[in-house]
Parts: sequence; structure tokens; C-alpha cells
Amino acid sequence: MADVAVPHAAAGASPYEPSLFGTYSKKIGMWLFLLSDSLTFGALLWAYTYGRVSTPNWPTPFHSESIRNATLMTAFLLTSSLTMVLAVRAAVDGRTKALRMWLLATMACGTAFIILHGREWSNLIAEGLTLPMFPTPPGHPSAEFADVAKSVPQFPATFFGLTGMHMLHVTIGVIYLGVVALRKKFIPILLGLWLVAWLATPAYSPFHYGAHFLLLAAIAISIILWLKPKVYDPSDVEVAGLYWHFVDLVWMFIFPLVYLMSTRIV
Amino acid sequence: MDAVQLAIEEQVFEQHRHHSKSTFFWVWGALLVMTGIEVFLAYQNMEPIRMLSILMGLSIIKAALIIAYFMHMKFEVSTMKWLTMASLVFCLAMMVVFLPDAFRILHLGVR
Repeated sequence: MADVAVPHAAAGASPYEPSLFGTYSKKIGMWLFLLSDSLTFGALLWAYTYGRVSTPNWPTPFHSESIRNATLMTAFLLTSSLTMVLAVRAAVDGRTKALRMWLLATMACGTAFIILHGREWSNLIAEGLTLPMFPTPPGHPSAEFADVAKSVPQFPATFFGLTGMHMLHVTIGVIYLGVVALRKKFIPILLGLWLVAWLATPAYSPFHYGAHFLLLAAIAISIILWLKPKVYDPSDVEVAGLYWHFVDLVWMFIFPLVYLMSTRIV
Repeated sequence: MDAVQLAIEEQVFEQHRHHSKSTFFWVWGALLVMTGIEVFLAYQNMEPIRMLSILMGLSIIKAALIIAYFMHMKFEVSTMKWLTMASLVFCLAMMVVFLPDAFRILHLGVR
């Protein structure tokens, strides 16, 4: 226990023992959440693996354009992790301007990831790789993709389930960082993003309805900031950073398992 | 806030101040290089099991770098490192129990 003792006089002021984990409670709480969330993604990745192993004619639909797109998405996520680490460092050093700049850079990389992923989804859906719950797009889907969706329904189900869950986490991460960086000022920005996402996507796109998640988030943030207005300190930035890095970490498994193992080699 | 919490936070921040920024850039570079290797391998027409093993090996190294440096786990106390990582690996490994059933489906015939 010697390595977790807090060597300062203030420790005597508290009736509680020092933390078993040698760090502050907020960070332990976030780690516990991340451990539980990694089991959610673990289960989804195992479900994908199960489907792949048990299906002999597993499709390999990702052409070089998809792989290029997914590689660029990976580069954006990795870069966002670097900018997030620099944001934590700026917070710890008390450099407020740099902190805000690095957080905004992280959000920009995350937003680029979401946009590229949305484009990838839209292309696949337009080509016929879709789920029964998605609206039918106009035009003629390619016979190959429509056939995949019918003959191997496990593929679109696990693909959209896994990558959709991850996209939701990235979206929540961008919103989380927006609140930490800009607090109340982020609410009108989020409402603007909701309107843009809703109006700019066609009615047959799943993102047309998915955009309402931003509206729900804006309402939830308003309530939270109204109930508990606060200035976020370096510990809040570090905890937000843990969440962000986790999102990046999960993608390090999704990218090779889902995309690279299903590459179309011509 | 509890004085102990504030003191622990300050201790953690002091650790952060001692980390060299260049380390983070090296880790970022290594992650990008490994991603490039993965993409290169995807086009090598390898046997799936062999490719899966290499890709998962690289992914585990990438995950370890992210957890250790970006998520600061390398600098946490040993209780934190072992309790969190061991429980996570154990729970994820337990899910392997479903995999033999997937192989069994492959060999099911018509009765």
C-alpha cells in the first residue's frame, strides 16, 4: 500500500482512507464505465466473429475505395487521440487557450471521422447492402450487394450493428468534448448541427432520423448544465480524454476485423 | 471537494507535467505506421487464419500503446493496472466459449 499513500498534510483532514487505486474518484468511475463498455464492444465483436466463422460464403464487399476511406478514418481517430493528449497537457499546465484549441482540434477530427463513416454507410446502402429497418433508397442497387443482404443477412446486421454502435460513441464523444470546451456556448452550435444534419440528409437516409439524436443531446446538456453549472477543471478534461481514447482503441479492432479481413482483392 | 481528492488530483497532474511531449508524437507515429502495415497486409492474399493472427497481434500492440501512454495506464499504481486489465482480459477471454458452437454449425448436415 506504500505506493498509493498520499504524501501531504491535507490527507489528515479527511476521515477517509486514501484511494486504493492511487487516483481520484472521477477517473476510477470513468475506468469502471470503460471496462463495462469494452464488454459491450467485446460481445459485438465476438458476435461478428461468430457470424463469420459459421458462414462459409462470407462476403468481401470492401473495394479499394472503401479501404482508403476507412484508412483515412483511422488516421483521423489516431490524430484526434494525439490532440486529446495535448489538450490534457494544456489543461494540467493551466494554458486555457491551448486547451480549447486542442479540444476543438480533437472534435474536428472526430467530426471528420463521422462524416467519412456516414458517406461509407450511405454508399453501401445505395448499392443495396442494407437492413430491413432502413428506408429503401431510390435508384437501382447493384445486384451483388442486394444479393449479399439477402443471402448473408448476418453481414449487414453485424456490420451496421458494430460500426453503428461505434459511430454513436464517437458522436457522444464529440458532444462530451464540446461541453467541456465551450460549456453553454456549445448548445446553440449543437442545435445548428442538428438542423444541418437533418435538412442536409435525404429522407431515405438513416441519418435523416438519426440526426434527432443531436436534438436530444442538446436538451440533455441544457438540463445538466442548468442543474449543475460548473467550470471544468483539468481532472474533467483528463476523464473526458479517457473516454475519447477508448473510442479510438475500439476502432483499432473494428478496422482490421471488419474492413481489412473483408477486403475485395481484384 | 474532499481535500484528499484535490491532493490526489494534483499528484496525478504533477506526473503529467513530467511526461515528455515527444513520447506522444512517437506513439502516434508508431500507431500510424502499424496501421499502414495492416492495410498493406490486407492486399497480400494471405491465408485468412495467418492474416487474422498478424492483424490481431498488431491491434493488440496498438491497443497496449493507447492504454499505456494516451490513457496514462503505464504511470498508474500497480493495483490499478492489474485489477483493471486482468479483469478485462478475463471477461473478454470468457466469450471464446461461444466459438466452438460457430464451428459446429459449419459441419451440421441435413437430418
